[in-house]
Amino acid sequence: MKLAPRLAVLLTALAVTACAPQTSDNSSSDKDEKTGTLRVWLFQEVGNQPKEKVVDAVVADFEKEHEGAKVDVEYIPVETRAQRVKAAFNDPKSAPDVIEYGNTDTAGYVKDGGLLDVTKEFGDWSEAKDTDPTAAQSVTVDGKIYGAPFYVGVRALYYRTDIFEQLGLEVPKTMAELATTARKIRAAEPELYGLVVGGAYTYGAMPFVWANGGELATGKGGSYASAIDSEAAQKGIKAYTSLFSDDNCPAAKCAGMGGNDTVTAFAAGKAGMAIGGDFSHAAVEAGKVKGKYAVVPLPGVKAGSVAPAFAGGNNIGVLKSTSHRTLAVQLMEQLASKETQASMFDAMGFLPTFGDVREKAAAEKPYVKPFVQTLSSGTKFVPASPAWSGIDSSLVLPTMFQEVISGKKDVAGASGDAAKKMDEAFGSAG
Amino acid sequence: MTAPTRVGGAGRSRTPAAGGLSRTRGGSRKFNAAPRPYRRPRGRNQKTPWLYLAPALVVLGGLLVYPVYQLGLISFFEYTQAQVSGGEPTTFQGFGNYSELFSDPQFWQVLLATVVFAAACVVSTLAVGCALAVLLTRVRAVPRLALMLAALGAWATPAITGSTVWLFLFDPDFGPVNRLLGLGDHSWTYGRFSAFFLVLLEVVWCSFPFVMVTVYAGIRSVPAEVLEAAALDGASQWRIWRSVLAPMLRPILVVVTIQSVIWDFKVFTQIYVMTGGGGIAGQNLVLNVYAYQKAFASSQYSLGSAIGVVMLLILLAVTLVYLRLLRRQGEEL
Repeated sequence: MKLAPRLAVLLTALAVTACAPQTSDNSSSDKDEKTGTLRVWLFQEVGNQPKEKVVDAVVADFEKEHEGAKVDVEYIPVETRAQRVKAAFNDPKSAPDVIEYGNTDTAGYVKDGGLLDVTKEFGDWSEAKDTDPTAAQSVTVDGKIYGAPFYVGVRALYYRTDIFEQLGLEVPKTMAELATTARKIRAAEPELYGLVVGGAYTYGAMPFVWANGGELATGKGGSYASAIDSEAAQKGIKAYTSLFSDDNCPAAKCAGMGGNDTVTAFAAGKAGMAIGGDFSHAAVEAGKVKGKYAVVPLPGVKAGSVAPAFAGGNNIGVLKSTSHRTLAVQLMEQLASKETQASMFDAMGFLPTFGDVREKAAAEKPYVKPFVQTLSSGTKFVPASPAWSGIDSSLVLPTMFQEVISGKKDVAGASGDAAKKMDEAFGSAG
Repeated sequence: MTAPTRVGGAGRSRTPAAGGLSRTRGGSRKFNAAPRPYRRPRGRNQKTPWLYLAPALVVLGGLLVYPVYQLGLISFFEYTQAQVSGGEPTTFQGFGNYSELFSDPQFWQVLLATVVFAAACVVSTLAVGCALAVLLTRVRAVPRLALMLAALGAWATPAITGSTVWLFLFDPDFGPVNRLLGLGDHSWTYGRFSAFFLVLLEVVWCSFPFVMVTVYAGIRSVPAEVLEAAALDGASQWRIWRSVLAPMLRPILVVVTIQSVIWDFKVFTQIYVMTGGGGIAGQNLVLNVYAYQKAFASSQYSLGSAIGVVMLLILLAVTLVYLRLLRRQGEEL
């Protein structure tokens, strides 16, 4: 029995000496060295070589301009980026100076204290004024700018030209027509999905909500309130979830699908239509349906309108912990410059974030047209709240869609619950 | 880990389960009866056992006590990614994380699902394991070897591989099971119960070998004359199992049950892989996966820690109850 008091003493000692869990010191370093090694993390894409070539050229120019500066580029896998970036924030000593990051993560990273405020430098940058407003919004949190937009990604409607011709179908002009066309395809070709949809494909589903006049959330500058349970949003949710039926995309198979699954199904020739991004172009081209498909903007509710798309894409930012502030910001600007974005488009097909560069690109490559058209008819972005990363990663929206699809809850119930969860997240993230 | 082994030892010395052990028991009794006071000059000798235990204690302390202590500590703070990377100050929450957890209906639903699922897994695993162990003693060498090898193969398969293979077997488009049963493109992972059932099959498949091998070893050490006597008295197979084998094997069965309860309560890989991280709208979440989703997917480390602490307490309680039961039974014998 002597053990117990000793153990108690030991535990108290431990509790006294370490009364809070570890926290890393991520305050901005005041150093601004003009020489040394700059570390850069970029995303590893499928078929990364062309990207590396473009980046290597930028780096070579940069190193020539800045004597004594070396740039060390590392390509990190997209799937594990969250862990890598978290680790970088947790251990500033081994963190990179410049990173590429998904634009929905901006507010979250800012709250984590990881990104450097570059408002002044961005304002002074001569090319910045041509950045399109949605892209600019995706680097802005509370009026401050935390990076430079690298490329944008939007989704549009892919459809099979051979099947449309064979069945004598017209390209749908409204959302209602989209649903009826999808059912016609499935009825004629039962082994195909009409329009392949996914219960976990949030950014394929959101255009339905937006086209019906719904919003994810309303508010500005930090204080948001969820609007996903509004009447208009519910209409959109209903429109999307009604596509999960045996006469289009059976719930048992489609409820669990994400965006990549739907694109894979389309590329493999298993669907008449799909909602895919400009970034899916390469994957579809590599599939069975090459030469047998076309792309149009996703139709809106009214004939001739375009459903607002989610403006995805990536940004380049500088980490707060960098010890080469000036150099890192300059490198960021060069990696996101008009010239780099133009060659990146040629190499990878990433849509430029500058209006003028994008127009030139669309003139060169016709497949980009529907995407550019989608972009110019107005896009939407997720709430610029630090809570968004949490809402995204705790699967609030996929859960809502799946609850409706599987019949566990009705639209009002599921969207009400989702709104509650979102409001809690907005509230706690302040 | 130490507790079950100790219990097994204690139980074994009381029940005449193992013929081979009885000799040791006699020996140790003689030894224990020998001059006790002689071995107890105080001071150095009292420290000697601790000296021997020290390496194990250090390892246990480093690998078990410290992480558990950190887990408990974090569960009392607001500790998300922003706090870890220094974006915001860490604040003490008291039982805030726990009250948040307990007021979340999803937590109770997941807890219930976990308990029911783990219970089903334990019962199925024990039933299959014991039945096959008895079977092993009845068949000839070649089929016995084949069964042993098959079981060991299942045991040696990593959980991720096993889960992926089972998922493929039941795949709606390419799986052989649907083709054999003529189910068309029926999806097993869509319905809540069918998804849990599929995972249960995999869990039983990968954990019955442990039960089977352990129980088989136990049966082998039961003196043949006892079984012979039972057979001569006209006892049926089931009667022999219930009235002779099971009581004699009780210590082993208790250890195996505790192990199974702990394993199946903590099941993670199978659910995570087979239901894609918790199933459609989270319908197949169990506590461990739920904790992972909270702690790592949503970076709410403190909430995840609170779930971990709750799990730890539940498992400790289960183990303690079993230990008490065992001791009582031991005294009666």
